[in-house]
Amino acid sequence: MTKKRKRKIVPRVGMPMRDAVERGKIFSEVALGYEREHAVKEAKRCLQCKKDTCRKGCPVEVDCKKFINLVAQEQFEEAFRIIKDTNSLPAICGRVCPQENQCEGSCKLRPTGQPIAIGRLERYVADNFYARNSCEEETGFMECMLPDESLKVAAFGAGPSSLTLAGYLAARGIKVTVFEALHEPGGVLVYGIPEFRLPKSVVKREVESLKHLGVDFRCNFVGGMSVTIDELFSEGYKAVFIGVGAGLPRFMKLPGENLVGVYSANEYLTRVNLMHGYKFPEYDTPVPEGKRVIVVGGGNVAMDAARTAYRLGASKVTVVYRRTKGEMPVRREELEHALEEGIDLEILASPLSFSGDEHKNLNKVVLQRMELGEPDASGRRRPVPIEGDTFEMETDLAIIAVGTGANKVLTQTTPDLKLNKWGNIEADSLTGETSIANVFAGGDIVTGAATVVEAMGAGRIAAKEILRRLKPEAVQE
Amino acid sequence: MINKILKKRILIPDKVSELTVYAPHIAKNARPGNFVVLRLTPTGERIPLTIADRDPEQGTILIVYLVLGKSTALLDTFAEGDTILDLCGPLGKPTHITRSGKVLCVGGGTGIAAMHHIAKGNYEAGNQVISVIGARSQDLLLFKPELEKISAQVLVATDDGSLGHKGFVTEVLKKYLEDNNDVHEVVAVGPVPMMKAVAGVTAPFDVRTIVSLNSIMVDGVGMCGACRVSVKGETFFACVDGPEFEAAHVDFDELMMRLNAFKSQEKQSMALFEKRQ
Repeated sequence: MTKKRKRKIVPRVGMPMRDAVERGKIFSEVALGYEREHAVKEAKRCLQCKKDTCRKGCPVEVDCKKFINLVAQEQFEEAFRIIKDTNSLPAICGRVCPQENQCEGSCKLRPTGQPIAIGRLERYVADNFYARNSCEEETGFMECMLPDESLKVAAFGAGPSSLTLAGYLAARGIKVTVFEALHEPGGVLVYGIPEFRLPKSVVKREVESLKHLGVDFRCNFVGGMSVTIDELFSEGYKAVFIGVGAGLPRFMKLPGENLVGVYSANEYLTRVNLMHGYKFPEYDTPVPEGKRVIVVGGGNVAMDAARTAYRLGASKVTVVYRRTKGEMPVRREELEHALEEGIDLEILASPLSFSGDEHKNLNKVVLQRMELGEPDASGRRRPVPIEGDTFEMETDLAIIAVGTGANKVLTQTTPDLKLNKWGNIEADSLTGETSIANVFAGGDIVTGAATVVEAMGAGRIAAKEILRRLKPEAVQE
Repeated sequence: MINKILKKRILIPDKVSELTVYAPHIAKNARPGNFVVLRLTPTGERIPLTIADRDPEQGTILIVYLVLGKSTALLDTFAEGDTILDLCGPLGKPTHITRSGKVLCVGGGTGIAAMHHIAKGNYEAGNQVISVIGARSQDLLLFKPELEKISAQVLVATDDGSLGHKGFVTEVLKKYLEDNNDVHEVVAVGPVPMMKAVAGVTAPFDVRTIVSLNSIMVDGVGMCGACRVSVKGETFFACVDGPEFEAAHVDFDELMMRLNAFKSQEKQSMALFEKRQ
């Protein structure tokens, strides 16, 4: 680099995108991914700071500085290995992580408004340079040791945390069986996140590669019901990991909330994503139809539901949020995409009641106008109702996306498992171990609803501890 | 092989059949009141069906279905030796059974099959079981011989009077409660109008009355809320908080309306299926 060059802000390389009008009616992926020249150009913008704050911003501490430098030098396979060293699902993270709060949020260039597009680079590398086999992906070596059948570990739930744990342990010779309640592995990656944001083929690829490593998937097994923790220990399993997520949808306890036409985002998205309801009647599961749709909430799930409803033929989709745009927890890029596609926002509003026609089909929602008050515990300004200021909207489909709580199915049948007051499992932050010896937990069932990459981080912590106990000779650090 | 149909018994031709399915892990953990969710093809939907009985030694469960829509019509084409693609369970909270004395088990239509498992659980717990079963006519009464084995009495009501009382099960139930004051609990499984009527009949008698609800479900493990029901003004998920609830507080009208939410799509699906058959 020449020293005389003036510090000029070079903008980020833009993401090639499917046209907003075209994509509004189809489920194909919206962000198309960098080409080689985009990636190299973007990587060359990196300042290669002495102190790499980006790495600290990542819940699994991807060595961003190093991999970006390798991309700049067009050493993609090596870059892939660096990412994979700490992140077992990079093609997924590159698509769904809220990078603006993580790696990119910690980038030195952030104050300029043009941080390095670390997520896009991660995705580029993961999509194009995945390893020659699953073993190399996990360990860097072409051959893995065959799993030792006497060292059996079980994981409940086949979402991001369990997939990460399974990959880490299987590559180090431990036999992992993942029990999944639904008929397909992937958890929120398959039932929650729509195809246009995370193609199911990407998830399938990750699951297939785990199978190659000797991980067994047993779908249709509900932890605590089809199989209990005690049963697993008596069958010779040495450790059990609980990664069942936070799948219980919250409702708002409002009048009319059980009318036909009011759905949880989980139900709406599960019908569309996991059950392929958007292809009804080719697929048997119907999806509720709506012309004038409201979605309540300000997170990724709300935006996913809104964009899905639009793709399924709604003429007007309004996202109703009780704070303002700035406080929305949604990933910025998704909000921008949604607005481009024609989704409306109704900020500073919150539903008060739903009402229906004589057949009890939803036809109207009454909303309360809000204003921002003092900051609450989360540091965000609290929404306060403006007395007497209400308004109505005609609607025939309302989707509630105000968060999820802990699913009680497993914890109810395992009384020894210590829970916090919200029903989440208490787990040691350094090992992931719960109140039951050799039973570990991680992801949303411990933290409450969070991000994919945080769940992966928790899976990795538990995996390391399990390895240390079962096979100390395989621990490298 | 897991999920294989070992035996098929046709109870009412083209309408109701009973399948004995090999699923050892479900058979081992299933309790009365539990249900399974099944999916038949890669394009299929997930439907809940109650477990009518289990045999942990043989590793089998018994499921009884009524052909009502596309998925059950498709299931009816399955024969012995066929395998169910996805079978998940046991699900739901099991019936809370204590040794309490006399329990009246009411079953209507296909609900009799589900009621059978609960009646059997009560019998095995040492309770005296009085079964009250009803159907349109005698030949549509399910599980009568099985219930006779475990019941002190089996009372029958048929719409056409071909067997037992001519009329509804609720009339038989009411008379029994008037004549006997030692009933400890009433459990009812059947069509929603029947369960609603049972709730009405038992209310003045101050007897604990439990109903098993058949809401629409998608995942069946508490993840979607399709099955939500109002009980005492509060919302519950039938799949994980139920399927059994105290009858007196259930909003049956809301349940009826929610069961009809996808009527038009269900019809469309069925018509397409029949055309292809």
